[in-house]
Amino acid sequence: MGRETEDMIVNQKDMLQKEGYLEAVTHLLFQLADDDFILAYRGSEWLGLAPHIEEDVAFSSISQDTMGHAAMFYSLLEELGAGDADKLAHARLAKDRKNAILLELANGPGTYLNEPQYDWAFTVVRNFFYVQAKKVKILSLKNTSYQPMAEAAVKVNMELYYHLLHWKTWFMQLIGAGGEARTRMEKAVTDVFKDLGGLFSQGATAVAFGENQLIDTEEQLIAAWKHEMTPIFDSLEMKMPKKFGMEKGDGRNGEHTQDLEAAIETLSEVYRLDVKASW
Amino acid sequence: MLREKVLAALQSVKDPEIDSISILELGMLEDITFHQDRISIKLIPTFMGCPALDIIKKNVEETVAKVKADEKIEVIFALHPPWTSDRITDTGRERLKEFGIAPPPIYIAESGEWQADCPYCGSTYTTLENLFGPTACRSILYCKACKNPFEAMKPVSTLM
Repeated sequence: MGRETEDMIVNQKDMLQKEGYLEAVTHLLFQLADDDFILAYRGSEWLGLAPHIEEDVAFSSISQDTMGHAAMFYSLLEELGAGDADKLAHARLAKDRKNAILLELANGPGTYLNEPQYDWAFTVVRNFFYVQAKKVKILSLKNTSYQPMAEAAVKVNMELYYHLLHWKTWFMQLIGAGGEARTRMEKAVTDVFKDLGGLFSQGATAVAFGENQLIDTEEQLIAAWKHEMTPIFDSLEMKMPKKFGMEKGDGRNGEHTQDLEAAIETLSEVYRLDVKASW
Repeated sequence: MLREKVLAALQSVKDPEIDSISILELGMLEDITFHQDRISIKLIPTFMGCPALDIIKKNVEETVAKVKADEKIEVIFALHPPWTSDRITDTGRERLKEFGIAPPPIYIAESGEWQADCPYCGSTYTTLENLFGPTACRSILYCKACKNPFEAMKPVSTLM
């Protein structure tokens, strides 16, 4: 272990002693982990149902990466004493989860096993807007005061490159196609904007994030997102809605919908069969 | 020397999903530290969601344990430094081809586009079919010269 690394670890220990620091880091990690976890789950529900076979391969690969990011954030939480990573992922109630509401909403009417009338336009828009939001957060996290999170950000960023490219291609092509595709995409954009603000919200912990130099402010992140998205909207001759809404509430503060309750019930079914089992 | 024996043992641990290439040739080994009570092996994952990581960990523990029976083996997956596809060794690149996988392209255009030569016939006359493949680290391509589909390791770089 090099001298530099040792110094860094000492600094990190000092920081964690600082009043409110550990709590703020923990909150931010829960927001990041829960966002990736629930969207990766929603992605996995498309398995076998995606529009074509190549998309099935691509989307499941992206969902696997995203679940890997969630697992890594939960491991960082475990290191900080928040509890066992698997338990954090599977055994927490909806009210304890910090994910944005936009990400928990069902893919569409029906369920995986029963008449899944999932909405591809909504899925493309939700994923594209989320990955771009994640990208601006991850770039900010490269400079976070919590070193393990900064290192994770470098790694996540490399994988995000391919996710962003993928969803951007779908978004441009479906809207650029015109006709029914464009109409459905425009509706999806309107719908997603109603809860898009939730992705950027830092909830009641926003001030603590700033005081501890953990991540840029909500306003800065939104500005960075708009900066990336505006040329894309312009090239498609689309108007970007002004309001980044949170109509269904703020997931960062534990507000959630029935959709999340149902998802947790399903995704934790195997885990609950035998919580001690080693898989 | 113990260090060389451990390295030789690690050379025999293959990627469970590409069994022609070892974890050393993939550039996954970052550090080996000999402590008084244990040998600590620091590996870096190629992709974070890779399901082969647990298998690799188990195989490393079992293989290195044979080198020194009473020694405790510790395998750590670290995120720093991040794995990049240029860590694959020259031998590793050849091993990938043997398996029918094109090694990751070294050159990536400013637009992010890249191309890979066919691992079977060597032709550059190839097209990208799907950036995503059967595992997180691979893409699917097609060779228009020998008319074979093939896979390529995705280029991964901190510049992306």
